[in-house]
Amino acid sequence: MNIHEYQTKDLLRHYGVPVPSGHVVHTETQAAKAAEEIGGSRWVVKAQIHSGGRGKAGGVRVGSSINEVKKIAGEIIGSLLVTHQTGAEGRLVRRVLVEQASKILHEYYVGLIIDRATRRVTLVASSAGGVDIEVVAQQTPELIIREVIDPAVGLLDFQCRKVAYGVGLKGPLLPQAVKIMKGLYRCLRDSDATMAEINPLAVVEGNQLLALDAKMSFDDNALYRRPTILELRDFDEEDPKEVDATGHGLNYIALDGDVGCIVNGAGLAMATMDAITLHGGRPANFLDVGGGATPEKVANAFRIVLQDPAVKIILINIFAGINRCDWIATGIIQAMRDQNIIMPIIVRLAGTNVEEGRAILSTSKFPFIIASNLNDAAEKAMIEVKKIINQAMPLTKGRP
Amino acid sequence: MSVFLNKDSRVIFQGFTGQHATFHAEEAMKIGTRVVGGVTPGKGGTQHLGLPVFDTVEEAVQATGADVSGIFAPPPFAADAIMEAVDAGIKTIVVIADGIPVQDMVRVERYRLDTNSMIIGPNTPGIITPGVGKVGIMPSHIYSPGRVGIVSRSGTLNYEAVAQMSELGLGQSSSIGIGGDPINGTDFVTVLKAFEDDPDTDVVLMIGEIGGPQEVDAARWAKNNMRKPLVCYVAGLSAPAGRRMGHAGAIISSESDTATAKIDTMEALGMFVVRNPADIGATVLKAVRSRD
Repeated sequence: MNIHEYQTKDLLRHYGVPVPSGHVVHTETQAAKAAEEIGGSRWVVKAQIHSGGRGKAGGVRVGSSINEVKKIAGEIIGSLLVTHQTGAEGRLVRRVLVEQASKILHEYYVGLIIDRATRRVTLVASSAGGVDIEVVAQQTPELIIREVIDPAVGLLDFQCRKVAYGVGLKGPLLPQAVKIMKGLYRCLRDSDATMAEINPLAVVEGNQLLALDAKMSFDDNALYRRPTILELRDFDEEDPKEVDATGHGLNYIALDGDVGCIVNGAGLAMATMDAITLHGGRPANFLDVGGGATPEKVANAFRIVLQDPAVKIILINIFAGINRCDWIATGIIQAMRDQNIIMPIIVRLAGTNVEEGRAILSTSKFPFIIASNLNDAAEKAMIEVKKIINQAMPLTKGRP
Repeated sequence: MSVFLNKDSRVIFQGFTGQHATFHAEEAMKIGTRVVGGVTPGKGGTQHLGLPVFDTVEEAVQATGADVSGIFAPPPFAADAIMEAVDAGIKTIVVIADGIPVQDMVRVERYRLDTNSMIIGPNTPGIITPGVGKVGIMPSHIYSPGRVGIVSRSGTLNYEAVAQMSELGLGQSSSIGIGGDPINGTDFVTVLKAFEDDPDTDVVLMIGEIGGPQEVDAARWAKNNMRKPLVCYVAGLSAPAGRRMGHAGAIISSESDTATAKIDTMEALGMFVVRNPADIGATVLKAVRSRD
């Protein structure tokens, strides 16, 4: 789960990480009032959406008067921000964070990740702040300092000092850096975050370190024990189809193709998408119905896949282990009947009770296209997609 | 001799009397797995499926000599169950639970350090040695004894590969699911090493997916340390970056996490690579024939 920048900063503030004074607001009038309250002569207005690259997209702008802050906030709030992560349709900005602008002397990066190789939380820092850490890792890996954290004792002071000196944070900045790193770690640990980063961690006037931007992601599997984090969830930032799917025990991710997919198991679901792609098609979604798929679950899967208007056909690929093909087949028939589905449905069943499952499908009145294996399923799916595309453009062909 | 589960293994189940553990323990016993008992706190001293139930893993180990445990505890309680098994000296711990908090696994891995325990999973279908037994939730009837070792992150994709192999008359020495989580107890390299040392395995199939460096690290290791042919498939060629594809670990966080990058590296390392998931069986056959 992701949260907004202002929420992350609120969390970090509680752990002793210094952040600029600011307020989150929903209207331009509130923005002007916030700027007055904060005081000073320059303010930053930052669009609050779950996406990186907001600055480049025009979602982060500086105002030098209350009126200018008001004008900028008015322009950003209610606009659609298009970043490299939102897709071409963009994301509606519902609120902005108004903050005191700082004079930046230098920018650092400080972050925590859960490193798969060491199986530990790792502190990562770089003197090249304000840039994506992935870019730094690729172009100037020598600028990155790492320190692996032993969960039994947590992040130790000497480790913070090593990292701070390593990126050039010294003198009066050193104790500030240690405090910030330790605060960031405690925040990650206490909230079951999977990632926490301050980028940039800026040196501002008066030799002060300040977290100008911060980002955290949380472990969905641990939200059950983090009620205060769960409260920060913003459903407006999530695909409603994905939220709907999660509520029904399904794993759904919207993609931009036209072949709807219903599969059991995450690995097989990815492989099915790959097979479609390799045959020249485009999957409309990733959907894992999981183990123990009841007829109701299958019916919900159909409903969610069909909410995407781009879907032209549906490919069902089930390899039943703890699932049972007869239950799946019953679910398919129910969905076809209850949801009045008329588009081509390609079904590949294998594993537990496959004969019973196929019998249920073949004795029904629906014209299922049965596939014998994965390749066959992808091939048949492409034939059906092509038929639909050709039918949709008969005039252009026949016109004299 | 096959990897991790052989005819001498003595198996217990933790969370034994629960619905899932009961079903899968019975299935395991049907194919000959040597199940010697189970653990459910509060039910010690009773019998379940004709076998003794213990309050603690320590008691179970003392009474039965168990060295393999299948953990069916739900995710919030799984980490504690794993550490209890480690403490009791269980050698092979199979963790089925899908959804254990990742920081719990960080602590579990720390606790396991310098012990003789191996953790398979979490979020795994388990392990099976056809003809000997299984600890897990996979449909055992699709597997058959043979000389190909399988190691995979995904469960259903493992079944898919087995089905393709069966059509070509290829069986398995053992199949090991290392699980789909970002932090798992056993990585690909550990399993590859076991297969390389196993006299009953001729060829190894590794089924990976997007996210993390494990597959490429394993292929690099294999290049320098394996004499047996390694077949590699990586799912998620068409997966978008930054999205978690079902498995907690299946997320493209950087360029090297993509399926294409992983497969290209593996091909350059001289592995048998599979680009189309429908070709897994055929590629394994090719690797088997390369030994003739």
